[in-house]
Amino acid sequence: MMTLKVNGREHQVDADPDTPLLYVLREDIKLNAAKFGCGLGQCGACTVIVDGKAVLSCVTPMVLLDGKQVTTLEGLGTASQPAPIQRAFMEEQAAQCGYCIAGIMMRAQALLQRNSRPTDEQIRSELEPHLCRCGTHMRILRAVHRAARLMDTADASSTANGRAR
Amino acid sequence: MNAPVNIDRRRVLAGGGALIVSFSLSGALAQQQGAPAAAPAPSLPGSLKTSPYLDAWVRIDANGSIEVFTGKAELGQGFKTAFQQIAAEELDVAFESLKVTTADTRLTANEGYTAGSNSMKDSGTAVQNAAAQARELLIAEAASRLGLPVDSLWTADGAVIAPDGKRLSYGELVRDDILHVQAQPTSKLKDPATFRVIGRSVPRVDIFAKVTGGAAYVQDMRLPGMVHARVVRPPSYGAQLIECDTAAVEKLPGVVKVVRDGNFLAVVADKEFQSIKAMNALAAAAKWQETARLPKQDDLLAVLTSLPAQTSTIFERGKSEATGRKTLEATYTRPYQAHGSIGPSCAVAQLIDGAMTVWTHTQGVFPDRQGIAEMLRMPPASVRLIHVEGSGCYGHNGADDAAADASLIARALPGRPVRVQWMREQEHAWEPFGPAMVTKLKASLDSKGKIADWHFDVWSNTHSMRPGGAGSMLAAQHMAQPFAVPAPRPLPLPEGGGDRNAIPIYAFPNAQVVHHFIPAMPLRISAMRALGAYHNVFSIESFLDELAVLADTDPVEFRLKHLEDQRGRAVIEKAALNFGWKSGQKAPQDRGFGFAFARYKNLAAYCAIASEVEVNRETGRPRLVRAVAAVDSGQVVNPDGLINQIEGAIVQSMSWTLYESVTFDDTRITSIDWQTYPILRFDAVPESIEVHIIDRPGQPFLGSGETGQGPAAASIANAIANATGKRLRNLPLTRKRIKEAIDA
Repeated sequence: MMTLKVNGREHQVDADPDTPLLYVLREDIKLNAAKFGCGLGQCGACTVIVDGKAVLSCVTPMVLLDGKQVTTLEGLGTASQPAPIQRAFMEEQAAQCGYCIAGIMMRAQALLQRNSRPTDEQIRSELEPHLCRCGTHMRILRAVHRAARLMDTADASSTANGRAR
Repeated sequence: MNAPVNIDRRRVLAGGGALIVSFSLSGALAQQQGAPAAAPAPSLPGSLKTSPYLDAWVRIDANGSIEVFTGKAELGQGFKTAFQQIAAEELDVAFESLKVTTADTRLTANEGYTAGSNSMKDSGTAVQNAAAQARELLIAEAASRLGLPVDSLWTADGAVIAPDGKRLSYGELVRDDILHVQAQPTSKLKDPATFRVIGRSVPRVDIFAKVTGGAAYVQDMRLPGMVHARVVRPPSYGAQLIECDTAAVEKLPGVVKVVRDGNFLAVVADKEFQSIKAMNALAAAAKWQETARLPKQDDLLAVLTSLPAQTSTIFERGKSEATGRKTLEATYTRPYQAHGSIGPSCAVAQLIDGAMTVWTHTQGVFPDRQGIAEMLRMPPASVRLIHVEGSGCYGHNGADDAAADASLIARALPGRPVRVQWMREQEHAWEPFGPAMVTKLKASLDSKGKIADWHFDVWSNTHSMRPGGAGSMLAAQHMAQPFAVPAPRPLPLPEGGGDRNAIPIYAFPNAQVVHHFIPAMPLRISAMRALGAYHNVFSIESFLDELAVLADTDPVEFRLKHLEDQRGRAVIEKAALNFGWKSGQKAPQDRGFGFAFARYKNLAAYCAIASEVEVNRETGRPRLVRAVAAVDSGQVVNPDGLINQIEGAIVQSMSWTLYESVTFDDTRITSIDWQTYPILRFDAVPESIEVHIIDRPGQPFLGSGETGQGPAAASIANAIANATGKRLRNLPLTRKRIKEAIDA
């Protein structure tokens, strides 16, 4: 039995130490957002944030996570109070099938938490580990830029218009 | 069921209760047997032809709640939202007040497969007409109750309104089986000028759950008592399981059962990761006998053109032996390519009291049910398939196979819901690929630089091995008493399969098109977005550019010289204008401009794409810098949804065109993950993609989900040729091939 802190809540988890975090999130804690895509760390669909950093949960075993703080898409906002990045993806309609989207949003969130004004090049480079098969990339990039502006606005409500991109 | 009976509406309104009930029963029976509902009246719009009862599409409760039904499946293309708009518009109710229910063998019409960009044309048209006719019936009912002429009444916000302001809500007006009547051939559709919901970019209804972690996919299903299964697939096509000691695996933690049926091998465990560990142990214990039976990957041209083929001339105009002054010949090839869904295929199945329920992301719940029922030797009425969204499929991927896997395993564990998800390697190795193709073109120019004659030969497998029978599904093929793979058939024109879009839309005076249909399928193949149109349009539109160079004519002007179709001309002109295309233009250093056009299937949406590509001459690396598209898909329902589809088509087609081919040795598929089957990553995403819509108010919906695939490929190929001066004719147009062409 180990303790895992997910989205601010502590969970007692009974899983073998080699179990990847992804399965614990989906099965034990019953969260939907992190997805199984490859199990090989090649596509990014399983991405969550651990202690502020984007992590591929399909190749991160539980043994490495004792005492760490895990954040999933569910932890960013609620249906009634969506987080800026969730609002941004909705406003840009940045999904087709959407299977890859939660992972991409988590890496973008981690980026924006440490760099609130990333350049387009930085966003593209940061999202390199992620695959989207529907070809929604243009909207995803627009949504990350929009999220940066929304977070800016939320942080400093005086700059209502955010930045030009 | 007997010949169709058109129920007289006035008799219905006057109360034909007993009659209605009997029809109601026959309708339900027809649905249970899996046949398309009887009574095809040929003139009915869209899928009303096969499911003519209005209440197969629209049902209204006494409390006024409205549910719209479609036999099509939401695959991430966004049509569920579009249908909700169409129904809200024609029923005169608020968009939010409706619910749309999609493909379910117990609840919805049998609309076959969600494929071929046909959802808007078939199902959207049916919903539109059914909703309009339902509204008419409600007005007629109100007129008879109020003793007022029909013409004096109107509708708003879910109610019929009389001149004195009296309102009768739809809920109040609905009685008996008022909507259980056959549709009429024509409907009083709304004037497009008065549309309030159609034509608006309403946000998609499914995106909210997808960006907040709601349960949005079959992968997210968690039923009480659910167990997790994994399949151990053979290492190669035709491999035989000669030995497998399952005893050790059965003792592993959490393992519930090992299921073996001939070459079908699976393991079930309480928890998901336990099932994966057990799968690995089972795979290690299994001994297979393999056969080397795959062709040479590097010589697909020779392989495909030497396999036995059924050859037919599918189009002939003028004299096939005619010839102009300057003649050009070229051969184009396409490799096997993968759908490559990001989420491997998944299904949940449960057998309760002899009834099997399967939750699946199949594109065709009815045909898939037929296959599963046959495999399980159960009556179709005892099998229910419910569509639940999965990861985008782009055609026939592993969805149907996963549904078959789940049902076969669930049969061995009565009562327990069984969830199966494929592993990445299984999806890559076992999905049915988009078929490899070869095209040979020959044409000549007359003295005025116009095309005098045109010859087009295409070699291809079928482009659909979708279920209908059990033999199309891996589990059924691998059982101890296997079902044979059905004989492949070419898909009939005008839509076609390998010959889709092989017939030129241009007005060439002499033209001949020959289809070489290859029955033998060395690799497992089936439908992939746009089918043969991807390669045929790539070939035609590349070759047109080669001819334009020969004729010393601007490529856009050259196309317009040969195109009479006015809507086609309009999208070409719109794309060229917005791109800034100019005759005699010269691209910046190491860059090229390209153009291409097609009307999908020659009967669906029109699409023209101009692109700018940069080529690194040192490395050969190509990069799509920007693309500008124009599209005409008839009456537009949701402009942003349409733009999203075309943007996605361009980006996906770019990935196919520049990077992708399935690899294999003489025995096994060797492209089994994203390292060995690389696709587009964010570093190569274009700087911009613009999509311009030509709306056609009141015109029929034209499917658009696949219209961009071919033009995007050819537009990029033409831009690469423009940038390098070298023509590449073998897909994919890789960095290596471009470098070799530059250095040659």
